[in-house]
Amino acid sequence: MTPDDGPAIARDRPAATRLKVIDCDIHHALPGPRALYPYLAQRWRDHLDRHGQRKPTPFVASSPYPKTAPALSRTDSWPPNGGPPGSDLGFLQEQLLDRYNIEYGLLHLLAPSGMDERNQDLGAALCRAINTWQHEHWTQQDQRLKAAIVVPGEDAAASVAEIEHWAGNPDFAQISMITHTIEPLGRRRYWPIYEAAVRHGLPVGLHTSGFNGHAPAASGWPSFYVEEQHVVALSQQALAISMVCEGVFARLPDLKVVMVESGFAWVPSVAWRLDAHWKRMREEVPHLAEPPSHYLRRNMWYTSQPSDEPENPEDLRQIIDWLGWDRVLFATDYPHWDMDNPDFAFRCRMSEAERRMIYAGNARAVYGFA
Amino acid sequence: MARHVVAAVGEIPPGGRKLVTLNGRDIGVFNLGGEYFALLNRCPHQGGALCQGTLTGLVTSTTPGEFTYARAGEMLKCPWHGWEYDIRTGQSWCDPEDTKVRLYPVTVEPGERLAKGPYVAETFTVSVEQAYIVVEV
Repeated sequence: MTPDDGPAIARDRPAATRLKVIDCDIHHALPGPRALYPYLAQRWRDHLDRHGQRKPTPFVASSPYPKTAPALSRTDSWPPNGGPPGSDLGFLQEQLLDRYNIEYGLLHLLAPSGMDERNQDLGAALCRAINTWQHEHWTQQDQRLKAAIVVPGEDAAASVAEIEHWAGNPDFAQISMITHTIEPLGRRRYWPIYEAAVRHGLPVGLHTSGFNGHAPAASGWPSFYVEEQHVVALSQQALAISMVCEGVFARLPDLKVVMVESGFAWVPSVAWRLDAHWKRMREEVPHLAEPPSHYLRRNMWYTSQPSDEPENPEDLRQIIDWLGWDRVLFATDYPHWDMDNPDFAFRCRMSEAERRMIYAGNARAVYGFA
Repeated sequence: MARHVVAAVGEIPPGGRKLVTLNGRDIGVFNLGGEYFALLNRCPHQGGALCQGTLTGLVTSTTPGEFTYARAGEMLKCPWHGWEYDIRTGQSWCDPEDTKVRLYPVTVEPGERLAKGPYVAETFTVSVEQAYIVVEV
């Protein structure tokens, strides 16, 4: 990274010769706190005004924001509509979709979350409102954008009903749940959701999010955001281990799970350690017919952002060799402050074929895009 | 290299900035207590629009529990990933050896001298009574 004054960045190349990108993590946002009210019954509008949401966080206002930047976002991503970053479709098209030649973008709404809501009826109502709003204001407005069916995952029956309501609509490319849950996501109380996902051919996208009252790493609460930024990836590892060891993938071999924003360099080492344990203790988990690494590589995919950055950039090639080049899905995380620019996300060499897989081909296969 | 008149002295207040395009380059011109600095508006890390970033100071520490805050307004923080650059040198704080943003020479010159040229000032009528900020690109 030496100084250069050339403007030769990707936006200056003609679009026809540019790599098409499928962005597996885009954060749209509500333009204001009441944006969902048109999609909620009067009973729930009154409830929100009088009682608000009841989340399993230990203290009022304990959510540690702004997290290094207001709204966790690039400071140049506040749109002209006066709302928060990610709330203005036109601005998102300009700053992200058009600028980086995004063919498809997978939307993940982080707040509000129906799954985080302790009042389960309100949680289900919020999920329906969010999905209707996403459909009307985003996916119907720009066919490049694909939403996730958000479900109140602590209530499996309500989640399945929400999936059944939207399944078959091509605007919805996956199902999403929070990851900091009441029980680890491999537990059987969540299995009806996974069965519905398989039944409808929809992947499950798991973006690190949510509050369950527990510290995100079992070693206790982080003091600094720089700790938390990594610790959420540790919680995703625990989640992956839970799903493998509980037998979710042994029971549902066609289930696709996309791990969003938790890195991927950890996957080979988790696979090695689990395999070693499995060889010695497989009588404890006889439902795992295959070694754990088999499920981590067959049923799970991993988004790239924030990209793992070894001291020697070429070492990343070795890690992807261990993991499998078909497992990594490119993501920007726009508009968050730590977003990856597709032109700079990987500092190692890649062949044209490898580049095409990571930036679009793998996601095309997982999500079944034409 | 051509010399471009970018502003009249007084137009950019101390702590302020002006974004200009010179010879196809997007450049930010900053006034740091009467000294002027011109930086390429492109972060060497991932290409963010650096000159739209926040001007901040430098927090340093020699031991946990102690810190100092110095050089207020002299560090430019990229709006994307928060990489910090010394506005006086263009050097990255966390990677000073290898990562530098391009700096362009800036001078303040009286209108009287500029009137003789050569300079580029598409949008300016230079008055001999006024002083101007000139960037060489």
